[in-house]
Amino acid sequence: MEAALAEIEHIKKSFGNNDVLKDISLKIEKGKNLVVFGKSGCGKSVLIKCLVGLLVPDGGKIIVFGKDISSLSEEELDVLRKKIGFLFQSGALYDSMSVRENLEFPLRDLKGKSREEIDSLVIEALRNVGLEEAIDKMPSELSGGMRKRIGLARTLILKPEIMLYDEPTTGLDPITSREISMLILDVQKKHNTSSIIITHDKECARITANHIMMMKDGLIGAEGTFQELSESKDEWVTAFFKQ
Amino acid sequence: MEDAKTVAETKQEEVVGNLSYLKAVKAFFNEFGCLTSFTFRFFREVFKPRYEFNEVLKQSYLIGYKSFPLIALTAFIMGLVLTIQSRPTLVQFGAVSWLPAMVAVSLIRELGPAITALVFGGKVGSGIGAELASMRVTEQIDAMEVSGINPFKYLVVTRVLATTLTLPLLVVLSDSVSLFSTYIAVNMKDNVSTPLFISQVFQSINFSDLFPSIIKTFFFGFAVGIVSCYMGYNSNTGTEGVGKAANSSVVFGSISIFVLDLIAVQITNLIYN
Repeated sequence: MEAALAEIEHIKKSFGNNDVLKDISLKIEKGKNLVVFGKSGCGKSVLIKCLVGLLVPDGGKIIVFGKDISSLSEEELDVLRKKIGFLFQSGALYDSMSVRENLEFPLRDLKGKSREEIDSLVIEALRNVGLEEAIDKMPSELSGGMRKRIGLARTLILKPEIMLYDEPTTGLDPITSREISMLILDVQKKHNTSSIIITHDKECARITANHIMMMKDGLIGAEGTFQELSESKDEWVTAFFKQ
Repeated sequence: MEDAKTVAETKQEEVVGNLSYLKAVKAFFNEFGCLTSFTFRFFREVFKPRYEFNEVLKQSYLIGYKSFPLIALTAFIMGLVLTIQSRPTLVQFGAVSWLPAMVAVSLIRELGPAITALVFGGKVGSGIGAELASMRVTEQIDAMEVSGINPFKYLVVTRVLATTLTLPLLVVLSDSVSLFSTYIAVNMKDNVSTPLFISQVFQSINFSDLFPSIIKTFFFGFAVGIVSCYMGYNSNTGTEGVGKAANSSVVFGSISIFVLDLIAVQITNLIYN
């Protein structure tokens, strides 16, 4: 068994009276894709936002690269975050910057990189997602699928060890969804990254998952491989897999 | 029985009314506390490296240079209207020769800084509020944070510095435009030569008029920047929040300008009188 890069232990998170996460524990292993599957609004995104410190859990422990993130200073957390890539649902591209500037932005703290090196990193990142021609476009000129690809390129430019995907295929047509799912798989193979993929898209889970966790009422309702879960007799699990 | 019920209901309504009043007061102080802590965070972050000089310059260009046409137009009209409106009163007292001096003192001491700051607050404050709120809604601020880039430093510190540094420059330019339109307005009815106009204006203005009026504009610029950044940065209620942030930036920014102006007048009076 591979060592875990990140571990979530019994985390809890509430918003007012709404207990979104009641007791969730999981591990991210090196080079593996973990899919967190569940209905919309069941707290999947909250889970990964807690992992990068965007949200502070009410209880439990989050250990990333052997460090408890609650004990880190803001500066230490920033250093740790550079090793984690986060693809947002909308791509979250900076509107006021071109694609090139969006990709260069995370590189600004890297010292000793020449202009040529930065340019080649940008072009390589765009080539990885098949969008070299979009380099001088503005985000408003891109389609939903292209925005997600560029978002992925921007995330991958720092060569993260852990990738977190928040609903990577939501709002896309089946063909583009499949392309994005294949891209996630490609990233895993090429960079040996470990990922958590938040989704309610069965096809995306089938393509990308090494292991699946299904969230129900703030808890892990079921887990296993895609094959195991699709053969499950549990009515609630079947409801998802017979969509 | 019915009367008693009505009295009870009225009492209940009164209590509910008082409670909602108390809630509003509590919400106001809560918001004020959060704004104060946001301001303290600005002072903590502004001295920490890395320094975003390029972004401060870019924001100063966007905020200052692009606001100038609107501010110049407002200033031109302000000088014109003030001169035309003041003339009849001065004519009644036979003091029409005091017109350039009187208008210049009003403009330099108060109207120039205050009106320019209000126009600036309306244009720039709403823009910053809406921009940051839309970045919050579309997760761009979160994306910056997870890339290990401090969004407060990159977005808030740079914008507040830009508003603080550009407003005084805009006020100096706006005062100059207003004095130019005053010169035109004076010459519409009377015949005042350029050297005479300039000498009347500058004889009436001294250091105690000019210095405090410029200093207070740094505070006005800071208030516009910090309030609009606070409203936009902490907006969290979807697209509705974008409009709300833009609106609150203008409202609270304008109130801050008036309150600061009141304080500045008191301090100036204490020092110079």
